[in-house]
Amino acid sequence: MDAAAAALFLLLVTGAALLLSSYIHRVFSGGVSAGLPGAIERTVYRFIGTTPEEEEGWRGYTRDLLIFNGIGFVVLFALLLLQGALPLNPGGVGAFDPLTAVNAAVSFVTNTNWQVYSGEVSASYLSQMAGFTVQNFLSAATGICIAIAVMRGLTSQSTDRIGNFWVDMTRSVLYILLPLALTAALLLASQGVIQNLDASVTAGPQTIAMGPVASQEAIKLLGTNGGGFFAANSAHPYENPTAISNLIEAFLILLVPAALPFVFGRMTGAMRQGWAIYAVMLTIYVAAFGGLYAAELAGNPLMGELGVSGISMEGKEVRFGLLGTALFATSTTATSCGAVDAMHDSLTPLGGMVPMLLILLGEVVFGGVGSGFYTVTGFVVVAVFIAGLMIGRTPEFLGKKIEAAEMQMAVVTVLVPGVLVLLLSGITLALPWAMGNPGPHGLSEVVYAFASMSNNNGSAFAGLDATGPFYVIAGALAMAVGRFAPAIAMLVLAGSMAEKKAIPPGPGTLSTASPAFVAWTTLIILLVGGLTFFPLLAMGPVAEYLLMVGGV
Amino acid sequence: MKEPLRRAILLFALLATVTGVAYPLAVTLIAGAVFPFQAHGSLVTGDDGRIIGSVLIGQNFTAPFYFQGRPSATPLTAYNASHSGGSNLGPTNPVLLEQVTGRVQALREAGVAGLIPADLVMTSGSGLDPHISLDAALVQVPAVAKARGLPKDEVRALVMAEAVDSPFVGTYVNVLSLNRALDRMEGEDA
Repeated sequence: MDAAAAALFLLLVTGAALLLSSYIHRVFSGGVSAGLPGAIERTVYRFIGTTPEEEEGWRGYTRDLLIFNGIGFVVLFALLLLQGALPLNPGGVGAFDPLTAVNAAVSFVTNTNWQVYSGEVSASYLSQMAGFTVQNFLSAATGICIAIAVMRGLTSQSTDRIGNFWVDMTRSVLYILLPLALTAALLLASQGVIQNLDASVTAGPQTIAMGPVASQEAIKLLGTNGGGFFAANSAHPYENPTAISNLIEAFLILLVPAALPFVFGRMTGAMRQGWAIYAVMLTIYVAAFGGLYAAELAGNPLMGELGVSGISMEGKEVRFGLLGTALFATSTTATSCGAVDAMHDSLTPLGGMVPMLLILLGEVVFGGVGSGFYTVTGFVVVAVFIAGLMIGRTPEFLGKKIEAAEMQMAVVTVLVPGVLVLLLSGITLALPWAMGNPGPHGLSEVVYAFASMSNNNGSAFAGLDATGPFYVIAGALAMAVGRFAPAIAMLVLAGSMAEKKAIPPGPGTLSTASPAFVAWTTLIILLVGGLTFFPLLAMGPVAEYLLMVGGV
Repeated sequence: MKEPLRRAILLFALLATVTGVAYPLAVTLIAGAVFPFQAHGSLVTGDDGRIIGSVLIGQNFTAPFYFQGRPSATPLTAYNASHSGGSNLGPTNPVLLEQVTGRVQALREAGVAGLIPADLVMTSGSGLDPHISLDAALVQVPAVAKARGLPKDEVRALVMAEAVDSPFVGTYVNVLSLNRALDRMEGEDA
């Protein structure tokens, strides 16, 4: 029964992603820029002084993107320091301390949403709305911009241009994210997600935190951001009140990342190219979901010995059920969302290994909004190259030769997050105060933290206290490098691919849309992730599993 | 460098206003008009008009004549609705095993027999879970009936009347609703 429901869920995601991809494709080819929306759009361009025709090469595009994100960082940082003196602060919260503010600002600008603060305790309504919500839109839109620029680079012919960042940013926000978020916010509000500017409500001994939650919740999921209005994130009844809201939320997480491969298919003129990438993602998703579901269903035998029946409920909510919890946990870590509807730290050892592994694979199973597409493209390029070497042909993708320059950029994209995880976990574990939970689980927590930050996921094995200066600074570094190194590398790759001329496929051309290529790329992703992290997984979750079934 | 910076500042100001001010305020206005009950927290008021709590936010029922909700690991105090959160204890953490052992023991002392449903002795993710499984309510029936001096069948019937069957989730009960129904029933009897 649950398997059939999960299949139906994925069918709905796929159908919606196909529809949305057609719309996104039209948006970026200027097809919806008519009538009133078009007039508004043109006013924006006049206001900032640009036109859609004014395209740039990868250098200009990257420069604009970095400046724009830099301003986002400065404004959010300032807002968090000043929130105590600003309006919309009924709880009267004070300023963030500077280090926490840096960490939070980097976190939201990089689409990570790792949180070393508790939302309802530390952030004013103004910071939630005009700070975090804004970056939830803009960091997701930045991801879409990069993905679209990479698609242009791969599909255009003999040009040194990859697009106009201002135009892509404007269209991503106004045409794609804003209407989706508005619809989703109202849908969630109908289920019971709160949306108000009221002060906390006192009811007997209980003081209930309030706030503008639905507007942030919607874009938090749609933009694969994941930063909760409340500390408990989507486990909190005001963020996720029902089994239905839970499925809507899991759906919203997957929607845009699932649409982007199909947008690529449409841009190449061969939907099969999009289906191939989608198939790679879906294959790993299904396997991961199955693993997580089975592990949680098997439960924790240590509890059975105490006279307790049923699956382990530590960190889980009754209203979501096992199916809803497993779908959410898989979706939020397959993408780089990082919202949680159950505490991942309290999942069973193997159940908790699945989210960790999905993050460690590099956030390519749908991945972040935009970042999932461009990162998986890095893997596709690597797969094409290795396959080319093995069959003794010049590696080419969409008729364009993959050469040393492109390979270097693809390797940067594929390896940077993994290197960050290993390096920073290694350094941290040498420190005396690194761990939270004891034993192998403590190792899992540290690895999960750096995996989450380096891959811009933002979820946590939250038993680890990451509020000290070391984690705050190392984390900010991991998030920034993990976000921008692959992004810039892929823009460089896009620039150099754009200059090439596609050669029509010959009889010896390796098809990048065949089932064999899908299997091959899946294998490459699993191989890179597996080889890099197998020792850590063995010493962490696998060791803990053996201890658990052995009776501690 | 100056031209891109100028454009970035202008576009940021514009998009921040749209997404950070206009959009949340629009959602606040529309949700407040169309779903006023939900938008303001699904709050329930008692007969005297005072707010009793929220349908969606669990409360810490400890008296023997009430059904207990799930254990809560929120900071400072259980069911702290201004600081949510879970225990984040790992599955083999000795602290978790100790806590669950202690809770099982407490339930046994309160007269709960047989296997104990996991949700009754393991903390929720939010620490504010308003529900318990039907089984977790049923195992408490004899103890609550005894504390109230009510027939078990009557209390059991009340639990079944409050139970909600959710597809792919199971059957569960809202603890606040159940306890309010219990109070009302006793009010009628008296």
